[in-house]
Amino acid sequence: MNAETLSAPAVPVEVDGRIPVEQAKAVVVTRVRKAYGLRPVLRDVSFEIAMGQCVAVLGPNGAGKTTLLRILATLTRPAQGSVSIAGYDALHEAHTVRRLVGYVGHTPLLYDELTARENLLFFARMYGLPEAATRVDALLARVGMHSRANDRVGTFSRGQAQRVALARGILHDPQVLLLDEPDTGLDEDAITLLHELVAERKAAGQTTLLTTHALERGLLWSDMVVVLINGRISLTGASAEVTLPELRALYAGAGRSGR
Amino acid sequence: MSSLQTGWQQLWSIIGKDLRSELRARQVWASMALFSALVLVVFYFAFDLRVENNAAVAPGALWIAFVFASVLGLGRTFAAEQEHGRMDRLLLCPVDRQVIFLAKLTGNLVFLGLVEAVAVPLFAAIYNLPILSGQLLVIVVLGTIGIATMCTLFAAVASTTKAREIMLPLLVFPLLIPVVIGAVRATQSLVAPIANDPLWPGLLVAFDIIFVTLSALFFQYVIED
Repeated sequence: MNAETLSAPAVPVEVDGRIPVEQAKAVVVTRVRKAYGLRPVLRDVSFEIAMGQCVAVLGPNGAGKTTLLRILATLTRPAQGSVSIAGYDALHEAHTVRRLVGYVGHTPLLYDELTARENLLFFARMYGLPEAATRVDALLARVGMHSRANDRVGTFSRGQAQRVALARGILHDPQVLLLDEPDTGLDEDAITLLHELVAERKAAGQTTLLTTHALERGLLWSDMVVVLINGRISLTGASAEVTLPELRALYAGAGRSGR
Repeated sequence: MSSLQTGWQQLWSIIGKDLRSELRARQVWASMALFSALVLVVFYFAFDLRVENNAAVAPGALWIAFVFASVLGLGRTFAAEQEHGRMDRLLLCPVDRQVIFLAKLTGNLVFLGLVEAVAVPLFAAIYNLPILSGQLLVIVVLGTIGIATMCTLFAAVASTTKAREIMLPLLVFPLLIPVVIGAVRATQSLVAPIANDPLWPGLLVAFDIIFVTLSALFFQYVIED
């Protein structure tokens, strides 16, 4: 079980020399390498994800998960290799890719001095969304933060801020949502909410990539898993076919190798 | 919506967000204004400011106060954005990096303008120089654009380093020499006009055009990984 293509590819039809978003692969990562200084973080990482899938990117600390998601979000450039999102090259068409990608990171990526509503309205304007106020209010209600909409984010607990961050991540209804350990610091209600959002996106044919250290949750929520160890893909496959002991053995092996 | 309209909307949104944040946090403007006032007062006591010395010393004191206050305050422009890696907040958005630069520059010009609105009348009063005029306003605006441009670009550079507080002055002071010379000389020519004095505001205009253009072009490579 080490296929790097995570689903059977449909044959795309080009229109004006471009594959329409709905026909393109959601994510195509080809031989991506990245190093910080002399330390390689990603080594020849390649995989593809079809539209509508939820993929869990797993791996121990330092495996390269966050770097991979930052490359997909156009926040970091790969040293080598290519990345495309919905048929658009993340390096050369980054502006378009940013419209298609939502990103929720370790930190909420919000402005502490602004209220939750002001934060989301600001980002809505950045994406040029029509009827932003209505959309923002609906999302604040969806993430259970409507009652705190006019409070400054700096007064929120980490979990509350992360709920607003989730709203920010899906504000522009992205084709591909990148969730980097989104469950960190969340209570049970918020984790249920997160699960519902992931399931809703899947039902809507939208793609989600998430990283997590909660292996059971990662397997349960996702259709496919990609396991990174020391910057290399150690395992890819259908979540239903990957077992927890198998994952734990991989993690233990990474620990023994000492990286 | 055209890309120009979108860019315009994004520009004003970032400026509005920065001004609102600053009004609530009050981290930059108040300290910059107080600092420039203190520099003017310290210079007043440090130098022999008899009437005949005023023209030589006072313009220098004014512009050194602006430059020091700018480096002190505008370094926060990107330091605040970078805290906890939150520059990503803006970089994730489909917004041209030139728009981010112009928004940050405009915000900094507003902050510096507010500082100058306090410092210039104080300067005229302390140094007993009746120079508040349209000409001084033009010189202050031209000099401020130059200072704010360099501080905005290099605040972005310094914010990615660990020693950003010391890096910003090290990077920006040498590059500000032309604008300081131009601004001080132009202000001196207002205090005590000299026959056949070079057109110092022209130097400021040239500096502003060159560095605003270059900074907007290079900004993307400064802030992106």
